[in-house]
Amino acid sequence: MSRASVRDRSRAFALVAPLILFLALFFVWPLWTMVTASVVDDAVTKVLPRTAAAMADWDGSDLPPPAVHGALAEDLRTVQDQQALGEAVRRLNSAVSGFRTLLTRTVTAAREASDPATLDLSTIDPRWSEPRFWRAIKEAVPPYTDRNLLAALDLRRDAGGSIVAEEPGAAANRIIMLRTFVIAGSVTLACAAIGLPYAMLAAAASGVMRALLLLAVLLPLWTSLLVRTAAWFILLQQEGLINRALAALGLIDAPLPLIFNRLGVIIAMTHVLLPFMVLPIYSVLIAVPRNLMPAAASLGAGPIRAFWRVLLPLAMPGLMSGCLLVFMVAIGYYITPALVGGANDQMISSVIAFYALGTANWGMAGALGLILLAVTLLLYLVYGRLSRSPQLPGA
Amino acid sequence: MRSVRTFALVGCLSAVVGAWGIIGAEARDLTVVSWGGNYQDAQRKIYFEPFAKQSGKPLLDESWDGGIGVIAAKVKAGVPNWDVVQVESEELALGCADGFYEQLDWDKLGGKDKFLPAAVSDCGVGAIVWSTALSYDADKLKEAPASWADFWDVQKFPGKRGLRRGPKYALEFALMADGVAPADVYKELATPAGVDRAFKKLDALKPHIVWWESGAQPLQLLASGEVVMTSAYNGRISGINKAEGKNFKVVWPGSIYAIDSWVILKNSPNKDAAMDFIAFASAPENQVKLPEYIAYGLPNKEAAGAVPANLQADLPTAPDNLAGAIPLDADFWVDNIEELNKRFNAWLAQ
Repeated sequence: MSRASVRDRSRAFALVAPLILFLALFFVWPLWTMVTASVVDDAVTKVLPRTAAAMADWDGSDLPPPAVHGALAEDLRTVQDQQALGEAVRRLNSAVSGFRTLLTRTVTAAREASDPATLDLSTIDPRWSEPRFWRAIKEAVPPYTDRNLLAALDLRRDAGGSIVAEEPGAAANRIIMLRTFVIAGSVTLACAAIGLPYAMLAAAASGVMRALLLLAVLLPLWTSLLVRTAAWFILLQQEGLINRALAALGLIDAPLPLIFNRLGVIIAMTHVLLPFMVLPIYSVLIAVPRNLMPAAASLGAGPIRAFWRVLLPLAMPGLMSGCLLVFMVAIGYYITPALVGGANDQMISSVIAFYALGTANWGMAGALGLILLAVTLLLYLVYGRLSRSPQLPGA
Repeated sequence: MRSVRTFALVGCLSAVVGAWGIIGAEARDLTVVSWGGNYQDAQRKIYFEPFAKQSGKPLLDESWDGGIGVIAAKVKAGVPNWDVVQVESEELALGCADGFYEQLDWDKLGGKDKFLPAAVSDCGVGAIVWSTALSYDADKLKEAPASWADFWDVQKFPGKRGLRRGPKYALEFALMADGVAPADVYKELATPAGVDRAFKKLDALKPHIVWWESGAQPLQLLASGEVVMTSAYNGRISGINKAEGKNFKVVWPGSIYAIDSWVILKNSPNKDAAMDFIAFASAPENQVKLPEYIAYGLPNKEAAGAVPANLQADLPTAPDNLAGAIPLDADFWVDNIEELNKRFNAWLAQ
């Protein structure tokens, strides 16, 4: 390679370096953190090293030997880093409910004990005579785990280590995940059904009319999501504007159930996401030469045929990217379903938020996010396959 | 020529970076975080603004919706961007055990014996005693519901009901509606059979429940007639009655009360000012002003005793109101929230 081309290349690299840095810092790194948080499982061994070592010979079937009691008491007595202890406790309590109070009590007792090495922990709390608490500690010893990823899919490992499904009624992540895709898909379809004609209208109009139509799409985009959702709440409720208007017109006797159900969620989300559908289609249509439709007509195509054979294929790229945008954004929705949805309209983000914000169980939040990401990527690949070789509709 | 330009560019960039550094390093004003709504409006009037005036330094206030994950994220970031936070009892217990909070200087607060015993901890001091209770619009309901059994009785009181989404409170109320004495609710919930019993009772009401999430929602649901009764935070009920002339009523028997506490986040750069603020907000002469705006009980005994008699009747701490009420068992929920939330979600999805 000549010196000049090396210089050119390095200059080109210098130009994209900020972009690469940005991607690494704000995209790759957080993603990597999420992946590691969901599989790394070292919180317990970090604060209970002696217990982990003493448990190596215990097969986990019955209660562990007394030496393990002593090791645990010694570990708990000497732990200095409260935050690290907290993380270990959180990890254990997530596996078996009750660990939080159990360990708090045991730490206090271990610190007050005169001879912790010979301490029988079951005298401090009877729960220590239940093998499941000890087993939970043993299961937390390996540095990596698949329990979060399995739990995100409503699976778990049984005592023998084989993967089994959670019993029905104990977990619902799969249902909620599926629901998330169904809602996002319905919203995408609704947006496409409204957005395509709207974009055609806006592209066909000119002057003030076009400006007004575009403003009507853009204006909601500048309003806070929360405000728009709250506005739908007021419109859709039982005594809301829509029901009152319909009743006043004599069209209905009893108010329609428009809110706290799937219908309300789809209406509100469609409105919020419509700009992401209209704008890409509009930007494609605006570039379509205006004489194409008259040309089709002059060749004998009726309006529907002309639309089907000429305009729709040309609008396809915009429609496809609009669908992709709306679908991707809709998957992560959280506030709108929480405010206008019913019990069975909550999407997976609300579960992720519960683990991330409510219980600081970032492993579980990361695992759910990872599964969501994987499924979305899969859908994206399918979409890429479908949209690469555009089969003209009706062709 | 080129090197000069490069030099200028590097200079500009480093100036920008440097400026960011200076902004970042500059001392942040004392930041106090509470629960928003008409409650925080009242706090602003009686605590935030007078304290800023007295100390001569600005005070920023923000609001949040709870969650130990939020606190954990702030503290683990190194230097938190909040100083004083009002937390619920579970967050107090969890964060204190995990080292997320600074130890309080009880001498500045006047000693532990000045406060209700339940409001005293190494990491926090009680700010209010608040209650979650059955509420209804007395202008709309001819006959008053008196218990959670009435809440479950859709024959006698047709219409939808509001409950906070999540297992917390819903399970307790379900057990009370099923005939468990309030004092035995947590004993019952501690057994798997008790949890099953609570979910079974919720089954019966499931089609009639509207689930709410933020504290302002139940008021909206009652006001619009979307529900005939709902669980709600008692202070918000008295607040909206005063502000908007509503006639919402609170049913005290079967209500669950809890204490919210002030804490200082670990490694707060404004630790001393934060401690001064908590002392200010805990002083009887300041705390006594709260019930005038919003009907929450006062953890400072002297302040609680000085509340005018006409305001006393609405407080969760009034002896008549305490009679059939139970305290929230923070330990139970700290242990069980994850498992029960999972089951709750599965139950909702059925």
